[in-house]
Amino acid sequence: MLRHIISILIENESGALSRVAGLFSARGYNIESLTVAPTEDPSLSRMTILTSGSDEVLEQITKQLNKLVDVVKVVDLSEAAHVERELMLIKVRATGKDREEMKRMADIFRGRIIDVTESTYVIELTGASSKL
Amino acid sequence: MMISGAEIVIRCLQEEKVDCVFGYPGGSVLHIYDALFKQDQVKHILVRHEQAAVHAADAYSRSSQRVGVALVTSGPGVTNTVTGIATAYMDSIPMVVLTGQVPSFYIGQDAFQECDTVGITRPCVKHNFLVKDVKDLAVTIKKAFHIASTGRPGPVVVDIPKDITAQMCEFDYPKTIQMRSYNPVVKGHLGQIKKAVQILQEAKRPVIYTGGGVILSDAAEQLTKLAHKLNFPVTNTLMGLGGYPATDKQFIGMLGMHGTFEANNAMHFADVILAIGARFDDRVIGNPEHFGEEKRRVIHIDIDPSSISKRVKVDVPIVGNVPDVLEEIIKLMDGGFKTDPEVANWWKQIDEWRGRDSLRYKQSEHIMPQFVMEKLYEVTGGNAFITSDVGQHQMFAAQYYKFDKPRRWINSGGLGTMGVGLPYGMGVLMANPDAQVACVTGEGSIQMCIQELSTCKQYGFPIKIINLNNGMLGMVRQWQEMFYSKRYSQSYVTSLPDFVKLAEAYGHVGMKIEKPEDVEPALRKAFTEHKDDLVFMDFIIDPGANVFPMVAAGKGLTEMILAEDL
Ligand SMILES: Cc1ncc(C[n+]2csc(CCOP(=O)(O)OP(=O)(O)O)c2C)c(N)n1
Ligand SMILES: [Mg+2]
Repeated sequence: MLRHIISILIENESGALSRVAGLFSARGYNIESLTVAPTEDPSLSRMTILTSGSDEVLEQITKQLNKLVDVVKVVDLSEAAHVERELMLIKVRATGKDREEMKRMADIFRGRIIDVTESTYVIELTGASSKL
Repeated sequence: MMISGAEIVIRCLQEEKVDCVFGYPGGSVLHIYDALFKQDQVKHILVRHEQAAVHAADAYSRSSQRVGVALVTSGPGVTNTVTGIATAYMDSIPMVVLTGQVPSFYIGQDAFQECDTVGITRPCVKHNFLVKDVKDLAVTIKKAFHIASTGRPGPVVVDIPKDITAQMCEFDYPKTIQMRSYNPVVKGHLGQIKKAVQILQEAKRPVIYTGGGVILSDAAEQLTKLAHKLNFPVTNTLMGLGGYPATDKQFIGMLGMHGTFEANNAMHFADVILAIGARFDDRVIGNPEHFGEEKRRVIHIDIDPSSISKRVKVDVPIVGNVPDVLEEIIKLMDGGFKTDPEVANWWKQIDEWRGRDSLRYKQSEHIMPQFVMEKLYEVTGGNAFITSDVGQHQMFAAQYYKFDKPRRWINSGGLGTMGVGLPYGMGVLMANPDAQVACVTGEGSIQMCIQELSTCKQYGFPIKIINLNNGMLGMVRQWQEMFYSKRYSQSYVTSLPDFVKLAEAYGHVGMKIEKPEDVEPALRKAFTEHKDDLVFMDFIIDPGANVFPMVAAGKGLTEMILAEDL
């Protein structure tokens, strides 16, 4: 059961997401995480799906995705050299003496405080998922 | 010139050379029905239930090389079509279903007769569209026909809100269509084809195993030519019947759950399988572990890459249009090909298996369903289109009617939908007006779309309904007899109607046949004297007749139960 990151270029039509999500649930494939956004060409969307399965299952996932009429391109990013980063935004309660401690922690892990209220911080962190 | 969206729909159908649509009107398609009324190029067949409209459109496709079209209203009109769409989807039938939708400005507000058509049908269509702008209407319909009929075919739904059908727009029908996201492969990879020919040359125990893909791609001619050149045995799946002439001596029958002894053994013990337009499904190979015990090489030709290595590991995958790939193989063989001399011994083995005569059955004082099928074959000279429902009668028809031509055997293989038989007959007759059509059915199945007897009266469809009446949901009963210690839970049909009177009430001819000696005369009478009538033939058959051979669920292909074992 290997972890794979599948990147899908798909026509940016309403319902595109449900076609992909529906395919995964109908055929019993895993979705661990999923992101979608329009590309620099706004008529296309990029979907990035984190999934897992045996080689046979992965072969079927790619073939079935390619079969969707709206799908332009499917790439299994895990097959080649690639960079993985995750971004995290956390809102934390920061009052009293914790407030100072919070700030130090964020600095140590090279996190950035990007929003401040009297009682909270919003901290931004990026890195490999193990670090986060 | 500006025309309305409704007129655009009709013009598109005319451009696609659609000569008929099967449908049922309602609020959201009233504009379209009005446009339909004002012309006579596209004929409309008014069914009695939307499910039947889709089944009929499906059979129109199956029995011709054209795309069937259905037209229904929103909400319940759409939900009634779902069984029909799923049936076509499972058997990869090209079809376009036009559905009305509530006006676009009401969508999402639970309007009267609103349903999420695109959402409900998504898992059982090749693709679907919601038209949001009248300017997109023509090009969307063009895409629908293109997608339905190319690559691995399938049903496409176009959902059209009512306001769009009222808006005015210029009509411009694209001649061709380019889609960056949809470009099915057609030409097989030459390197792979060469590899395949090499393996075919080395084969000592070969079998050619073909399915619905041969029918859908119109490859019967190329298949026959190739098989004759190779002198290999040929077996067909339920969906593939007619793809290779059943009366040819190289034909070893249907394979699978109710396949012949020789076909199932040949498939299991083959050292090379040439699979063409077939998908190794569970009803065909039985238990995959058992099937995997033999070492063999598999060559698989299919238009759909996802069908390859899905259930059985394939050694030489060839993605492409079947007839083109077969032509390519034949061309390479012409350059010098020798079938291995060992194949002669393989044929000896096959003939020995054939000697078991696994389709033999015992006559009884009752009418045997197998006997009715044999007589139906004789009386129609093997030339009829046979539509069938789902159950024992379906298997008897598949086993005993010898199909020599493609597109003559019309049944629901993948979904196994009871109720298709009668509407399938209507679709066949719209595509082939002069054809002889028999609908082989059971008293259970026929009642699932019985209302279409009325449609048949309206349009004069002279279908011969062969009702193999065992008073039972026979296929269910057979499993209960064999695997549930004869606990016949809910498989006995009581309070059956008098089918003769029922047929007469609809204005048709009814016949009840109870004795074996009456079978042939009754069939002759139906096909001659009542050639132009719908005849409902109620054959009261032996209620205990079972379908053999049988590979029980979970068993291996060679672990067949034969009639002679019992
Ligand atoms: C719509 C639908 N419901 C249920 C089934 C399950 N099923 C398969 S065969 C069968 C019995 C069919 O009975 P009948 O039409 O009388 O045919 P017979 O087997 O007796 O020849 C049933 C209930 C089905 N295939 N389709
Ligand atoms: Mg029955």
